Amino acid sequence: MEKLLQYAFTGLAAGSLYALVALGIVLIYRSTRVLNFAHGDIATLATFVAFSLLSSEYSFPVAFLGSLLVGAAVGIAFYFGVLVRAQREGANLLGMVILTLGLALIIQGVVVWWWGAEPTSLPFPISDTKTYKVGLVVMSQLALATLAAGLVGSLLLYLLVQKTRLGLAMRATSENLMAAQTLGIPTRMVLSVSWGAASALGVVAGIFLAPALLLDPFFMLDPFLKGFAAAVLGGLNSLPGAVVGALILGVAESLTGAYLTIQFKNTLAFLVIIVVLLLRPEGLLGKEFKERV
Amino acid sequence: MSSAPRAPGGRGGDGSPQPLLKVASIETLYFDRIYALFGVSLEIEEGEIFTVLGPNGAGKTTLLRTIAGLLKDQPKKGELVFGGRRIDGWQPEAIARLGVVYVPEDRGLFRELTVRENLELGLWGRHDDGVRTDLEFVYGMFPILHERARQEAETLSGGEQQMLALGRAMLRRPRLLMLDEPSLGLAPRVAKSVYEALTAISRTGTTILLVEQNARLALGVARRGAILEAGRIVLEGTSKELMENEDVREVYLGVGTAEAAVKGWRLYRKRRRW
Ligand SMILES: Nc1ncnc2c1ncn2[C@@H]1O[C@H](COP(=O)(O)OP(=O)(O)OP(=O)(O)O)[C@@H](O)[C@H]1O
Ligand SMILES: [Mg+2]
Repeated sequence: MEKLLQYAFTGLAAGSLYALVALGIVLIYRSTRVLNFAHGDIATLATFVAFSLLSSEYSFPVAFLGSLLVGAAVGIAFYFGVLVRAQREGANLLGMVILTLGLALIIQGVVVWWWGAEPTSLPFPISDTKTYKVGLVVMSQLALATLAAGLVGSLLLYLLVQKTRLGLAMRATSENLMAAQTLGIPTRMVLSVSWGAASALGVVAGIFLAPALLLDPFFMLDPFLKGFAAAVLGGLNSLPGAVVGALILGVAESLTGAYLTIQFKNTLAFLVIIVVLLLRPEGLLGKEFKERV
Repeated sequence: MSSAPRAPGGRGGDGSPQPLLKVASIETLYFDRIYALFGVSLEIEEGEIFTVLGPNGAGKTTLLRTIAGLLKDQPKKGELVFGGRRIDGWQPEAIARLGVVYVPEDRGLFRELTVRENLELGLWGRHDDGVRTDLEFVYGMFPILHERARQEAETLSGGEQQMLALGRAMLRRPRLLMLDEPSLGLAPRVAKSVYEALTAISRTGTTILLVEQNARLALGVARRGAILEAGRIVLEGTSKELMENEDVREVYLGVGTAEAAVKGWRLYRKRRRW
């Protein structure tokens, strides 16, 4: 029982970061129908920026905010600079997905060139050795902070999307782009906000993952794939689905590692993708897009 | 690019009233090769209801979408002049902001958002103090929208959805309201009440460009109209003229028996006065 609770907690902490990654993927997918394969790499770049800021004696909050801004700016710049242009030239969805792959490769190149491929560690103010015992479960400071980050990030996104006028415009634009345009809603600006917010969420995940993993140019690859699996599980166009899928995946993964075998842990995400696509392609909470002709 | 000098008061140099919308010989293509409009010209005057009638596939929807700027790089040829300004080639958002409001065939509602949220989106960009009275006007015209305010748009009946679409369009204070087959899919009684609302909207001074297949309804409210067939305007005139035209009577108003109408079609295809 104790072991079960302990691993479930660890899984929830991991899952809350997958949730941030998954929310970003879903946010972009449902507004532009593009799967953003550069999602993890934007977060990598921004986390390295945080690393550089911390190395040059900036305080953690400054480094954190700075990296959020860099991440959001890269997302927005990519949307305006590449996707909007591609669309104007008549690129289809597959073409745009491939453009995100291109962005991923470019960012990887930039990170290796600027920071090198040697793993480093991010000086992080929150310790993963300091622990608290709550009931039967031992919680590290880092795990608690991670949970909090996931919670706050999801909550802020919820407030933005559900409670603001901009969020209303985001929902409208995702559902029916043409109708939004004919109402004079500045749809490109609205969509760029989705790209910026999604990228920033990914960066939060990156920063909180970095202390547990080592920082190297590919450290977000695994979390990105987990986030992707979580998004598929929850339903690629459902924001609550992304959170639910991520928490389920995090806990399932942790329990698999505890009771089956640790080697199997990473395979699980792919099994999830395959099983969901076979049994319920729209995911747990997703709806099939009603395509309009 | 440059337009002829115009006297103040929106009148052309020759003293004729400047139309609100001028469509001049536009050509619209799909996929750069399928012609949908071949040189269509129309002038819509301030304050009138102008209807465009035509059979399926004539290009009616294409015409409205071209004016709204929703078809990329279209019109390929010709000009669109709205309120004295060239608007062809503009982004749809920019055209919308000039006061051109388009209600598409499928009503263009946000089905997953509530009635209230749909209306709120109609108010996007408006900060004037007329918002309250406009909302009251819309709720007064369609009280059902008030009752259903918190309901998702997709749960409304077809007629209620059309009312929501019209109400939302009115909140944009349109200078030109373009409606694509507002009677489509509605029971005759419901269609009639939608048309009564159209008349009320028109009385507020709103210019309306109305596309229909139901000629009887449309000609009942319109001042002038045109017949579009296979991408060309084949006839234009006042509603009265159109209603008295023999071909229009046979083909669009179905005067006579159903067989006569079918026969009429064939005859008319042969005779084709236009
Ligand atoms: N998206 C599209 N791609 C290719 N061709 C199209 C497209 N939309 C319309 N067309 C073609 O353009 C022509 C005009 O179509 P349009 O929809 O404008 O007709 P319509 O008069 O509105 O017809 P309806 O009364 O059935 O709505 C048709 O031949 C149609 O097949
Ligand atoms: Mg049509």
